[in-house]
Amino acid sequence: MPDLVLDVHDLHVGYGKVEALHGASIQIRSGQIVTVIGPNGAGKSTMLNAIMGCLPGRGEVRFLGQSLAGLDVEQRVARGMSLVPETRELFNSMSVADNLLLGSYRRYRAREPRHDDQMDYVFQLFPRLMERYKQEAGTLSGGERQMLAVGRALMAKPTLLMLDEPSLGLAPLIVKDIFRIIDRLRETGVSTLLIEQNARAALDVADYGYVLETGDMVLEGQASDLAKNPKVIETYLGLAKKHND
Amino acid sequence: MDFSIAAILAQDGVSTGAIYALLALATVLLFSVTRIIFLPQGEFVAFGALTMAAMQSGKFAGTANLLLVFGMVAFLMELYDAVKQFRVVGHTAGLSKTLLIAAGKYLIFPLVVFAVAKTVPTAHMPMLVQAALTLAIVVPMGPLIYRVAFQSLAEASVLVLLIVSVGVHFALVGIGLVIFGAEGSRTTPFSDASYQFGTVTVTGQSAAIVGVSILLIGILYVFFERTLVGKALRATAVNRLGARLMGIGTAQAGRLAFTLAAGMGALSGILIAPITTVYYDTGFLIGLKGFVGAIIGGLASYPVAAVGALLVGLLESYSSFWASGFKEVIVFTLVIPVLLWRSFSSGHQDEEE
Repeated sequence: MPDLVLDVHDLHVGYGKVEALHGASIQIRSGQIVTVIGPNGAGKSTMLNAIMGCLPGRGEVRFLGQSLAGLDVEQRVARGMSLVPETRELFNSMSVADNLLLGSYRRYRAREPRHDDQMDYVFQLFPRLMERYKQEAGTLSGGERQMLAVGRALMAKPTLLMLDEPSLGLAPLIVKDIFRIIDRLRETGVSTLLIEQNARAALDVADYGYVLETGDMVLEGQASDLAKNPKVIETYLGLAKKHND
Repeated sequence: MDFSIAAILAQDGVSTGAIYALLALATVLLFSVTRIIFLPQGEFVAFGALTMAAMQSGKFAGTANLLLVFGMVAFLMELYDAVKQFRVVGHTAGLSKTLLIAAGKYLIFPLVVFAVAKTVPTAHMPMLVQAALTLAIVVPMGPLIYRVAFQSLAEASVLVLLIVSVGVHFALVGIGLVIFGAEGSRTTPFSDASYQFGTVTVTGQSAAIVGVSILLIGILYVFFERTLVGKALRATAVNRLGARLMGIGTAQAGRLAFTLAAGMGALSGILIAPITTVYYDTGFLIGLKGFVGAIIGGLASYPVAAVGALLVGLLESYSSFWASGFKEVIVFTLVIPVLLWRSFSSGHQDEEE
């Protein structure tokens, strides 16, 4: 199936003797936004880190039909995967411009002639970054840091973009902004794997969703169906709905 | 002490200080990119100076043999990794290419350098050719030492890396004794010129040392500020995980940093060889003075490290006039007030975010 971007089958990940993920399977098709929701400590970030190669895992991970076994983080980046971790991992003492430029390092290594040509697009998505162009990344606000992290990942023109809790610790208005932009990324053809605690926003923007609880996939389905599922509403959306009323 | 003596001491201090500055910069670079406190930095100086001296006296430079041996060990390690990788992946796609590149870098290149060193009569060649060949022999040792001793320890603690670095230092000093023997050597000066400024005479040799050092520092500045590869090295120093997520490999950055450090070390050796007799173990003291400069810069700041190393050079030069028996003591005692000053002034720099 050529349009299958990511195919994870029965992935187990552990820290030492403690297993944090007990056999997760997810699939992402080309251009899709897929979300994995679940409470704190369910193993969402663990799964993402294992897919990226930051953590060792057992099970099969195939990217564009090819197995990723034995490949390290850099090699996965070279194939077109990009992870924006929960901790952002920006280059704090370097300028916003340099951070973005370094995002295009993968394409520079691949000897693409215009490796930094996504800069204009990133500024179009995040005009704020343009204003902060020369400022050090460490001096940015939380929202701007998230924008820079996403922008930096996009500079690599990835096939698969993985976002770990992009809304974490951000003001509601900025969260809205970030999700609007994730939705907009469809136009570039990138496939997105979105990990979120903010289930309502995630299911609103996603095509397909999975629910992860204490290391097990308990539910999956079209995002719109999941949003109507009584169990999901009760556990993840109920409170939020009351809050909105 | 009158003005003319002070001026001579200052000139001497600035020219050795320039050498220490290069070594201090190399030390800061290696520590910030790889977290290795690289004590053997001075061994590159000794190897550079002695290789150059061997060539000038028409002898075969034994460091070329060493390069060959390092290359073979590195290739075997590469082969071992490839076999391990094959067990995981189960197919050879990509591996043969990796091995081919490794063979080129670790076997063919040292062999070519070795063949050139063995066959070309270097004794009567222009000094620039001798210097180039010296660099071709010594500089590749940087990345080879990284590959052999440090690459597989990339995730180890700073302390473990320091202990390995001490081991590498002793190994290299021992190898230096085997290759070059216990006698010291000097090389012919690159310039006999001297310039008169009033009562002060500046020798062409000191001018060359300071000039080359400044040029090299300028090139490094442009490399780190203007090129993407230079920025990638800085990025690895700032945030290792962040850099990996951008596809900047830790090992790749380490190799590059070691290449630069070996280049700066070997060049320092070539520069210093005409003004001082270099023995197989001279490098350690010289490297350690560069290290004092790096400490003044907190192993983090390039400009402060360079200025600090310059001060070390000046301090050494003046203390050799007033209290020559204590000059090393004075220079190394400097570390204590510097550490006190740094611990009071810098606050908690090691806390990330």
